Amino acid sequence: MLVLEKNSLSEEIEKLAELYGSDRSALLQILQAVQKKHKYISDFAQQEIARILNIHPVEVHSVISFYSFLNSKPKGRNIVRLCKTISCDLAGKCAVEDAVKRELKINFGETTRDQKITLEYTNCLGMCDEGPAMLVNERVYTHLDPETAVNILNQIK
Amino acid sequence: MEKTKKRTGPVLFSEYTPGSGIKKTLEIGREKVLYDIRNSGLKGRGGAGFPTSTKWMLTAASVGDKKFIVCNADEGEPGTFKDRVLLLEYPELVFDGMVIGGITIGAKEGFLYLRGEYEYMLKPLEDYLDIMRQDNLLGKKILGSKYDFDITIRLGSGAYVCGEETALIESLEGYRGEPRNRPPFPVNTGYLGHPTLVNNVETLASVPHIITKGGDWFRQYGTDKSTGSKLFSVSGDCDKPGIYELPWGTTVNELLTIVGAQNTKAVQIGGASGICVPRSQFNRKLGYEDAATGGSVIIFNESRSMIHVLKNFMEFFVEESCGQCTPCRIGNTKLLEGVERIEKGEFTFAYLNTLKDLGNTMKVASKCGLGQTSPNSFLAIVDNFRNEFFHTNGNGGQK
Repeated sequence: MLVLEKNSLSEEIEKLAELYGSDRSALLQILQAVQKKHKYISDFAQQEIARILNIHPVEVHSVISFYSFLNSKPKGRNIVRLCKTISCDLAGKCAVEDAVKRELKINFGETTRDQKITLEYTNCLGMCDEGPAMLVNERVYTHLDPETAVNILNQIK
Repeated sequence: MEKTKKRTGPVLFSEYTPGSGIKKTLEIGREKVLYDIRNSGLKGRGGAGFPTSTKWMLTAASVGDKKFIVCNADEGEPGTFKDRVLLLEYPELVFDGMVIGGITIGAKEGFLYLRGEYEYMLKPLEDYLDIMRQDNLLGKKILGSKYDFDITIRLGSGAYVCGEETALIESLEGYRGEPRNRPPFPVNTGYLGHPTLVNNVETLASVPHIITKGGDWFRQYGTDKSTGSKLFSVSGDCDKPGIYELPWGTTVNELLTIVGAQNTKAVQIGGASGICVPRSQFNRKLGYEDAATGGSVIIFNESRSMIHVLKNFMEFFVEESCGQCTPCRIGNTKLLEGVERIEKGEFTFAYLNTLKDLGNTMKVASKCGLGQTSPNSFLAIVDNFRNEFFHTNGNGGQK
């Protein structure tokens, strides 16, 4: 990581701490903001957050490892999460799953070579009456079939 | 936030003027509010069914310089989506309920803990809070009274266990969402050690109706032990999945007719942590006294394999167990392993019985509701759909 990048990241985290506060209860909000912008929370970012909140970096890492929407390894620019819980499963999740895998030529848990899309599973999205459903970043798509799901992925930049 | 369609129902979906519950609260005072809630018999709508008035009275009575109210919108139970509908279409009920609760228990700050999966709701909800602030339903000196109250929305980050109230508080404080030992209960020692009232979205949404229309009005719906109505999130094999507001006491059969379900083999009531009801028990009543539920109803028709369903549930629990206590962390893994062996036809009855013993142990030995309820579907499906296990290879049991 370049020094310039490090400086700008530190500055960004300091701004977040001003916005959300610099006590422990702001940790999750700061992590969510960093995750949203960079798609992952780097080791350096974790250390900076720990320094500003005055806690041990391991505490930060432990929180990241607990929540499934936070991660410490780089991911694609867009994270696609397909719901695999029972109602979406009954509604035809498997067909969507196969089509998406074939089209992107990756498995779930992997990122496309151009770093555009990371495919993941997620548990219940609360769209059980409109399944199968998937999240593309924070946007939700429902009533998927193999074709519409692939079309949605093709429109992602 | 435009309502996509007009919903109808006896209690929650009945007429309500935004802000009127708060106005009434200021007129009648805190004691009368507590009396009305008690009189209504309202119980927690998240599934556990703890009497709401008890929680409110305990928080109101506990001593502290600061108190908090938290609306639990971390609905992660498979098959539940009522909070999504309430927050998107009836935010006035939820937020008015929070303000009424805040005034009653003496809190100045409230949190809406919104699950990370619902991040797309953040903008419309924030906008609605702004409207409430403009109307002086939130902020300093609400409607000219002496009460201050405001609401902040906090997002979760994809953890089912954070729906457990102490785990939710840990998460709000910036920790891993691991449930706490109880006691002390949040009503005394909650967020940052202050008395905290945690209620489900639907529970809070019922409050403004009770305040404006009275406890007696609320009680006339439902049964003696389960008063009022319930939102049922119906999904699976039926013609009309969606949200239904029905009085407590409705039987499974009646519900199936309403939603247009045919050839139903089994109904999962209460989500993955609930119970699996076979056809022979379809006359059971939905309510705290019989089939208690947070509202999730998943319907399976004759074509579904119950072993496949069970495997899906167990995979869910293995992933979502927070790993803090051993019965839940190891127990769920062992049950999933068992289901996989059953699926392959590699099991002995002795093994099956050991798994059932394990399930029963988890129910008593786990620390929080997750581990205490996760073996429910395993036990119910193993008991009620035993004959399916012998046919899992599609050859009528022949190798």
